[in-house]
Amino acid sequence: MIELKQVSKWYGAVQVLNDCSAQIHKGEVVVVCGPSGSGKSTLIKTINALEPIQQGEIWVDSIPLHDPKTNLPKLRSRVGMVFQHFELFPHLSVTENLTLAQVKVLGRSLDEAKKHGLEYLERVGLIAHKDKFPGQLSGGQQQRVAIARALSMDPIVMLFDEPTSALDPEMVGEVLDVMVSLAKEGMTMVVVTHEMGFARKVSNRVIFMDVGGRILEDCSRDEFFGNPDARQPRTREFLDKILHH
Amino acid sequence: MNWDWEIFFQDPGGQHTTYLEWLMSAWGWTLSVSLLALLLALLMGFMIGTLRTLPKHPGWVLFGTGWTELFRNIPLLLQIFLWYHVIPALVPPLKELSGFVLVVLALGFFTSARISEQVYSGIRALPKGQFYAAQALGMTTWQSYRYVILPRAGRIILPPLVNEMMSIVKNSSVAFAVSVSELTLFALQVQEETARGVEVYLAVTGLYVVSALAINLLMGQIERRVQIPGLVLPGATGGGH
Repeated sequence: MIELKQVSKWYGAVQVLNDCSAQIHKGEVVVVCGPSGSGKSTLIKTINALEPIQQGEIWVDSIPLHDPKTNLPKLRSRVGMVFQHFELFPHLSVTENLTLAQVKVLGRSLDEAKKHGLEYLERVGLIAHKDKFPGQLSGGQQQRVAIARALSMDPIVMLFDEPTSALDPEMVGEVLDVMVSLAKEGMTMVVVTHEMGFARKVSNRVIFMDVGGRILEDCSRDEFFGNPDARQPRTREFLDKILHH
Repeated sequence: MNWDWEIFFQDPGGQHTTYLEWLMSAWGWTLSVSLLALLLALLMGFMIGTLRTLPKHPGWVLFGTGWTELFRNIPLLLQIFLWYHVIPALVPPLKELSGFVLVVLALGFFTSARISEQVYSGIRALPKGQFYAAQALGMTTWQSYRYVILPRAGRIILPPLVNEMMSIVKNSSVAFAVSVSELTLFALQVQEETARGVEVYLAVTGLYVVSALAINLLMGQIERRVQIPGLVLPGATGGGH
């Protein structure tokens, strides 16, 4: 469903993605991990063209993102994204956050959009907060609303860019719970995260990136966690550091 | 000192029956110049300020920056004279325009440069993630600005914007230089005619203060109304002094 072919990207002279290739199939949950500065967030943002690339090809549902003629807004409306800092629109109520793009982008009626959005708000357990504003919710609640907002667009894939790293430790669980249930329902997901528990529990595959924007590992979860001897030294070092605490 | 406020009920001779009526008419001209220039300034200011933030359109950015620097780096009084004497000489059709229209254009464009600067900084002050989020939901650049970026930037810059609105009333006094019969010209002429400079200048001062304060009060109401629940932005509260 998603295919990256030899993708490279530079910020000025600094290369942030180096010849990255990967495939994500329908229904797969792929975790992308690696140290800071390895380009994980940049990589995931190229999948809905929030970050342009200078070399390579990206195909999403058979649509070429690297083609300048592609209607990017239309494509993005089918790719859900959840950000590290939630990025709800603070001047709009929770309900308005859920309906804005459904109405303006998908052309749904306000009633239809409300009904649809509130179903997802119910699912993330926040229906009681539908009339509040984002600033009146906790971080964990805001992130759950952000997930509901993305789901309201009925995306074909969900991208998560470090969805729990800006949260208080106590709130990580409630967000991961929502993500786990999504994964179990068969949603195609690409998740940049350091939550190895999540990766172990629900991911199908793990992609490990290293500084300089290279993909070092791309293998099944069982292989990634269960067969350390077959991993690159850099991957072993990373796993040792984050798993043994 | 002897006050003589009776002066305002005397007949100046001419089109006005009393000096008071003349004063009110002058106030009307001041408010008309200010409001029309303000509309023009808001429209152009928001447009130019927005253009300057479009990363993929260097041509628009250059145009917006050029506009801003041009209109904010020439003294306002000189700009009035340029519009009155120089520009019509270069662009003959503009000779048809009255002094009033030229003053509105001059004051409007001058203020639009200042508002554009505020709009530009307001947009730049927003986290980039907000734009990303709007785009990720499939919004076009125009929709992102219309529904997300500008409503937020507008709130951030409301206090300096109120300042600008009050300034425009005060700056409209330069219109006297091209004989628009507004408050300052009234004061100059009537003080000459009646030699009651103290009363005349005090009355005119009072009307300027009342006009600016009215804007301040009105905008204070609007500011409270658009305040975002649960969000505390530095400088987003208070009366915009």
